[in-house]
Amino acid sequence: MEFAELIKTPRADNVVLHCPFNVAVEGTLCLTGHHLIFSSRRQDNAEELWLLHSNIDSIEKRFVGSLGTIIIKCKDLRIIQLDIPGMEECLNIASSIEALSTLDSVTLMYPFFYRPMFEVLEDGWSSFLLEQEFELLSSVTNEWRLSCVNKEFSVCPSYPAVVIVPKSVDDEALRKVALFRHGGRFPVLSYYHRKNGMAMLRSSQPLTGTNGRRCKEDEKLVNATLRSGRRGFVIDTRPLAVAQQARAKGGGFEQEVHYPQWRRIHKYIERFNILQESFIKLVEACNDQSHNMDRWLSKLEASNWLTHIKELLTAACLAAQCIDREGASVLVHGSEGTDSTLQVTSLAQIILDPRCRTIRGFEALVVREWLQAGHPFQQRCAQSAYSNSKQKWEAPVFLLFLECVWQIHRQFPCSFEFNEQFLLLLFEHAYASQFGTFLGNNENERAKLKLPQKTMSLWSWVNRPEELSRFQNPLYEANSLVIWPSVAPQSLQLWEGVFLRWNRPSKFLEEAEEERINIIKYNKELQAKVNALRRQLAEMETDEEGQEE
Amino acid sequence: QVEQVKLLDRFSTSNKSLTGTLYLTATHLLFIDSSQRETWILHHHIAAVEKLPLTTSGCPLVIQCKNFRIVHFVVPRERDCHDIYNSLLQLSRTAKYEELYAFSYNPKQNESEQVKGWQLIDLAEEYKRMGVPNDYWQLSDANRDYKICETYPRELYVPRTASKPIIVGSSKFRSKGRFPVLSYYHKNKEAAICRCSQPLSGFSARCLEDEHMLQAISKANPSNRYMYVMDTRPKLNAMANRAAGKGYENEDNYSNIRFQFVGIENIHVMRSSLQKLLEVSGTRGLSVNDFLSGLENSGWLRHIKAVLDAAVFLAKAIAVESASVLVHCSDGWDRTSQVCSLGALLLDSYYRTIKGFMVLIEKDWISFGHKFSDRCCQLDGDPKEISPVFTQFLESVWNLTEQFPQAFEYNEAFLLQIHEHVHSCQFGNFLGNCQKEREDLKLKEKTYSLWPFLLSEQKKYQNPLYNPDFSPELTLLEPNTVSFNFKFWRNMYHQFDRSMHPRQSMYNLIMSTSEQNKQLEEDIKELEAKIKLRNGQSDVVLVKEEEQTARPAPVALKSPPCFQKEQPPMPVNDAVRAIEGSNTADNRYSELVSEFSKAEPAVVSLEYGVARMTC
Repeated sequence: MEFAELIKTPRADNVVLHCPFNVAVEGTLCLTGHHLIFSSRRQDNAEELWLLHSNIDSIEKRFVGSLGTIIIKCKDLRIIQLDIPGMEECLNIASSIEALSTLDSVTLMYPFFYRPMFEVLEDGWSSFLLEQEFELLSSVTNEWRLSCVNKEFSVCPSYPAVVIVPKSVDDEALRKVALFRHGGRFPVLSYYHRKNGMAMLRSSQPLTGTNGRRCKEDEKLVNATLRSGRRGFVIDTRPLAVAQQARAKGGGFEQEVHYPQWRRIHKYIERFNILQESFIKLVEACNDQSHNMDRWLSKLEASNWLTHIKELLTAACLAAQCIDREGASVLVHGSEGTDSTLQVTSLAQIILDPRCRTIRGFEALVVREWLQAGHPFQQRCAQSAYSNSKQKWEAPVFLLFLECVWQIHRQFPCSFEFNEQFLLLLFEHAYASQFGTFLGNNENERAKLKLPQKTMSLWSWVNRPEELSRFQNPLYEANSLVIWPSVAPQSLQLWEGVFLRWNRPSKFLEEAEEERINIIKYNKELQAKVNALRRQLAEMETDEEGQEE
Repeated sequence: QVEQVKLLDRFSTSNKSLTGTLYLTATHLLFIDSSQRETWILHHHIAAVEKLPLTTSGCPLVIQCKNFRIVHFVVPRERDCHDIYNSLLQLSRTAKYEELYAFSYNPKQNESEQVKGWQLIDLAEEYKRMGVPNDYWQLSDANRDYKICETYPRELYVPRTASKPIIVGSSKFRSKGRFPVLSYYHKNKEAAICRCSQPLSGFSARCLEDEHMLQAISKANPSNRYMYVMDTRPKLNAMANRAAGKGYENEDNYSNIRFQFVGIENIHVMRSSLQKLLEVSGTRGLSVNDFLSGLENSGWLRHIKAVLDAAVFLAKAIAVESASVLVHCSDGWDRTSQVCSLGALLLDSYYRTIKGFMVLIEKDWISFGHKFSDRCCQLDGDPKEISPVFTQFLESVWNLTEQFPQAFEYNEAFLLQIHEHVHSCQFGNFLGNCQKEREDLKLKEKTYSLWPFLLSEQKKYQNPLYNPDFSPELTLLEPNTVSFNFKFWRNMYHQFDRSMHPRQSMYNLIMSTSEQNKQLEEDIKELEAKIKLRNGQSDVVLVKEEEQTARPAPVALKSPPCFQKEQPPMPVNDAVRAIEGSNTADNRYSELVSEFSKAEPAVVSLEYGVARMTC
């Protein structure tokens, strides 16, 4: 298919662009296969706006006489308005944008056409291999092994080709366990706590069904992670009632009789359309500037967004608590094990593992616990808060995770190597990107699409020194401790960087942030200078002493 | 003194506690726990003491403080508890001003320092800074002996054209005699903020002198003949007042006025609003939705927004339209003080400096007779007079500092400290209800002023991000008052609940770094001077080598005391970066436990040890 077929009017002049808190600008609008480009022609202040079609969540058109207006709502929550003279042009442009922003074939997406203008220093596609992770692990313990049982993605289509499992369990057993777990997602290692050798496993629900089916190999697998005489905890992210209902559909949960060494905790975490609705409601509330205080607070409450944040953080803290304080191994799962499960395991690692609070470590976490673990990004992030499609597979699961990281970041502002901008970057790229990283729903699909060969990885770009410097937190000082956040409602805050980003003037806040960075930078300069001067003085002194002698 | 007293964590569901000894002194309640940490509570800060029903571990005693600290003791023996309870009740309720802490507090200053301290803030100087007296405004001696209005200061500025009979007549037509006077003069716009109380207009009464008074104010502004009259009350309240012979200005009787209601609620609404807010924020195991709906139902943020909206309206009238504004409410000492002072703060960057903020409080709050004694319940009195009007003012300022992080010389700690001392009765500034009362109490001789004390520890209150040349193109600070900008002020209402605060404070880190930068700059100067000296010396050495060796090395050349090899110049304040006692039990995950054990009682408890994290 040629993009040109979709573009009926490639260019319109005298278009006026309205962005919130900016003066309206007149200029030229161009449509290309993947971008909407607006450039103002004023000499003094040339402005350009490049918007990826895939970033467009919804589009509305209005007419007053022959002046058409297009309102574009983006997946990063920004809203812009374009006034286009001429009804036909406007209609053409609107329908082109609509078609181009809803291409149904992945291979037509921009990452397949994007040619980077930078030199690739390190191929991000091979920056975070599980083999490297395993190497690190084997330096501290030999209880685990790398299994290639899923090499062909046949045992579990949503798992990566290699996984880490207890050494004592062979591939044959894994195949059997896979048949006993939803979608073949047998328990695998998610995190190993070096401090006490405890492990966090993740899986999907066991397929016990109504007649209480059991699987000896499954029991053996999870028990292999326990120290003799110690208990483990199963954190089920569904309420007990839901877990019980799941049995009717062939699902279920670990029953005490068959897993006597395990204690089950049901810690409910919302999923799918409930989250999506919550997201939509919150964005609606934030975008309406006319709300009085009561209405704003009740809308904020009704969105339930912060409740989800609190629940998620609490569940993650619980998992971390079991591992670090109780000295127990933990198995986390919900139904499919691709959403709430990953939220809990990855957040628990942020709390427990200082490595995950570095830039590289966090990237590795996202790759390991989200991309390789088979979180269906393409489904979940197909649309954002402005879409009308309301498909049941769309949900801001990853955004919730990022926001929880932000909440912890706010409480421990010196313990993270990255800054808020880095989290925002991941949010944006998960929804629309020139990079192939977040395309596809799992490693299997990514391999089929040949993403590593045909597209550029986000990590290849972000890990270049000039980019990295933008995402570094100047306050960072490595902190090897477990960081326990407060989950009291008074301690949680709306993530303004995402939800109010386009809704309020930010000039003064940005300037203040700059000043903060300057103070830290200046401090480093001064320290260096003082040290240099002292050295100079010391040298002079020794010289002199030499002379005196 | 009572031993073996337990101090419970207010929010912990696990009955975590510290054991220690409780002491009662003449001025403070002191608790020293087993690790020798001290908790001091000033008797004057105590708002309420409550004895709860006896439990197996002892008799619980809950103390609520005016600075929003809440402590929960368990005293082993009931009789001890009863004794403490009675003593605290007596000690926290003072009948006479002379018994307040300020009269016994002695910061070891001599008399001249005391006098100087009181002279630090000079309002005459402040009016001069604003640019009055001038061609339009003059100092009136009408109230020199508090004859016209007891609750106003002696020195008042009025329009030159307002003669004494006009002043007297107008004052008789205004509630409590509080006639229109100058609060702030905007030099560039030649416009004024004036303040007064409500007119005694009833349904139809009018007063020619008062009408002349307002006309004089509008004529004193050469740039705009129209003036605004802001009634800061909700329209309904103002109308209800008419039945009592009070009310608001009838636009038909006054020429060139634009009348405007702005709808800030009265002191009683504010008091119960704060009460509701504290009830919500003090709930254990609070859910997000209960918190948000509680916040909504309390109406607190709505009130803060109303106050700030009014101030923005006022400031815009002056900055944009160059119009003078007359502000009043009922008596003109609560809402009027809030709106006038905030309006001036938006207009004049001087009030965003540490000294300027003191001046602003001295002028619009202390001198114009905000009833600090009644509102803060300094003496045992009518509980219906208590109201957090000044707290709201501080909270509005805090909201502004959040939106304009670089516009203020002072920081949050400064606002909190002022709040602390408004209630502490440790300094004389806020005692009493008006200037006359303060003079009668001879406060300037018998007590000390807070301001020099705050200035002496200025470093703590300086905002490291402050930029004195902050956006000079702005004629006024125009905050965004869309609802989502107003946040719950955690550091005020949970100041003493450490588990709720971020474990690492970015603000403190920036502050100490900025402080350290100053020190480093000095070190550099010193080192450079030394190197220069040495260079000079070594030149000398080259020329007169023999002489040099003969002489003993100059003292300055011996290894300087500040120089130590390889030692970092000044360690970054570790305490700041460090993580405050963070542990799982602090963070209310324990609610899970109950939930969990309810579902499956056989399951082991997830209550964990409270081992503190050490850094």
